[in-house]
Amino acid sequence: MAEEKKSAVLVKLAGKFGDDIVATHSDFGDDTAQVRRERIVEICTFLRDDPGLRFDLAMDCTGVDYLGEEPRFEVVYHLYSIAKKHRVRIKARVPEEDPVIDSVIPVWAGMDWFEREAYDMYGIVFRNHPNLKRILMYEEFEGHPLRKDYPKARRQPTVGPKE
Amino acid sequence: MTQIEAYRREAGKLDMQAEPMILNIGPSHPATHATLRLIAELDGETILKLTPEFGYLHRCFEKESENATWTQVIPYTDRLNYVSSLMNNVGYVMAVEKLCGVEVTERCKYIRVLICEISRIIDHMVCIGANMVDIGALTNFWYFWKPREEVYMHLIEPLTGIRLTTQYTRIGGLLWDLPDGWVEKCRDICRNVIVPAIADVNALLTKNRIFIERTMGVGSITPKEAIARGFTGPCLRAAGVPLDLRKDETYLVYDRFDFDVPIGEQGDTCDRYMVRMEEMRQSLRIIEQALDQLPGGPVNVDDPRFLLPPKQEVYDNIEALMNHFKHIMEGVQVPAGEVYSATEAANGELGYYIVSKGGGGPYKIKVRPPCFPLFQGMPHLCEGGMLADLIAVLGSVNIIAGELDR
Repeated sequence: MAEEKKSAVLVKLAGKFGDDIVATHSDFGDDTAQVRRERIVEICTFLRDDPGLRFDLAMDCTGVDYLGEEPRFEVVYHLYSIAKKHRVRIKARVPEEDPVIDSVIPVWAGMDWFEREAYDMYGIVFRNHPNLKRILMYEEFEGHPLRKDYPKARRQPTVGPKE
Repeated sequence: MTQIEAYRREAGKLDMQAEPMILNIGPSHPATHATLRLIAELDGETILKLTPEFGYLHRCFEKESENATWTQVIPYTDRLNYVSSLMNNVGYVMAVEKLCGVEVTERCKYIRVLICEISRIIDHMVCIGANMVDIGALTNFWYFWKPREEVYMHLIEPLTGIRLTTQYTRIGGLLWDLPDGWVEKCRDICRNVIVPAIADVNALLTKNRIFIERTMGVGSITPKEAIARGFTGPCLRAAGVPLDLRKDETYLVYDRFDFDVPIGEQGDTCDRYMVRMEEMRQSLRIIEQALDQLPGGPVNVDDPRFLLPPKQEVYDNIEALMNHFKHIMEGVQVPAGEVYSATEAANGELGYYIVSKGGGGPYKIKVRPPCFPLFQGMPHLCEGGMLADLIAVLGSVNIIAGELDR
């Protein structure tokens, strides 16, 4: 799909950040940019504040576990612009041995719980998150249930409510 | 110590000079209407700090989906927002169809619009009815419960065979076409049951001084804050942002209907009520137009890759039998890729992020439930307010634990 006409959002992003945008595609009509995790906050701030982009509404943040690939995890953000009515997907790979990425809460306050959920389910650590703890599972739960190597049939004892 | 507490302490304004009291609400409390837990730090009756907690209804939707075929995920989506499960069905299959590149038939699109709008009406009815019970107006609850029951009895049950766990949509179409007489019944119920019910509740509440004083200015939010916190749906529109995906990213056949998007001004409990009331009226307009325009023809795409062959053919010839077997055992074959597909559900943007590596089942499904950021915004809406207002606000943002916890 290399010859496909690139969308304005991706062109603008690539123009601003150059090599920090690892790859882009617009498969199935969804504009997608894979970026380096080190600059995620800068890129997100640019996406929010640039007058031509204005991605003011962060819809979703989640992880994906590509077990067997390197780097193993991917953090995926879905953004929407109320003014421009367009969407973009931002992805950043994080390796298994150091699954850390900067938190984007300073950019969108609403990402707080989404990041907690990605931490809970995949063990991705969001640096500078003010309250990074489990959200759907309980504190005593061991492991991260949506990792592909967490067996579906594994059972853990449930415990009482926390103090 | 929160800012409010610090301020009050400094100014010597803490009602009780002792330590703040911690009050636990839920997880099983009549006013939470689901398994939600709220931990409130109170100074007298003022909420200093609110900590929402949930996960009691976590059913591993995403983990289970990764081990199911594409079609087997449809019943799981019923359990997300169980008040309007048809909308979840539609949202999910639209995401898979986007990945497959399937264009469903005209009739199918109209029926999907109809079931979505009917679901939106009953969802709003449950929200307003339950919210009013919590703040002491029981009559409205019954005024809205009767039409909701009529919709279940005469529209959804004949259509799907089931009340709540509908699983009515299929990839590339629907389970089956509308039953005989459904269109007339739908028109009849909309005109003679739902419209009077909305009028009754409107007459009881909208100009009711007790109701207005109880809800106006309670749990308000500015548009800027609402956007930063990821609010969508009626709660965002109540704050004055006219974001409605049916208009802004029109899908199915919503561009063919004439309807308005109501917005509020203060983003408070009263505005959320007003927006929902008006949305029900707009949904009725859409239903009337959709029934008028409803085309004939098949409801399913004519493509054996996506749909089961007719049962008689399965008995009669080997190709259909093999096709049937492949569908059930291996699932619909979906190309590799990733999509995010969003629809305007009753509470806001219901998004499905799907990753496929090809084959019969999803590699990953992430649901973006509209309640999730709304519940996250609860402390912002309630801190500094009274404890009794917490109940009014919680009802008005309409938290559905099924989609919150997944």
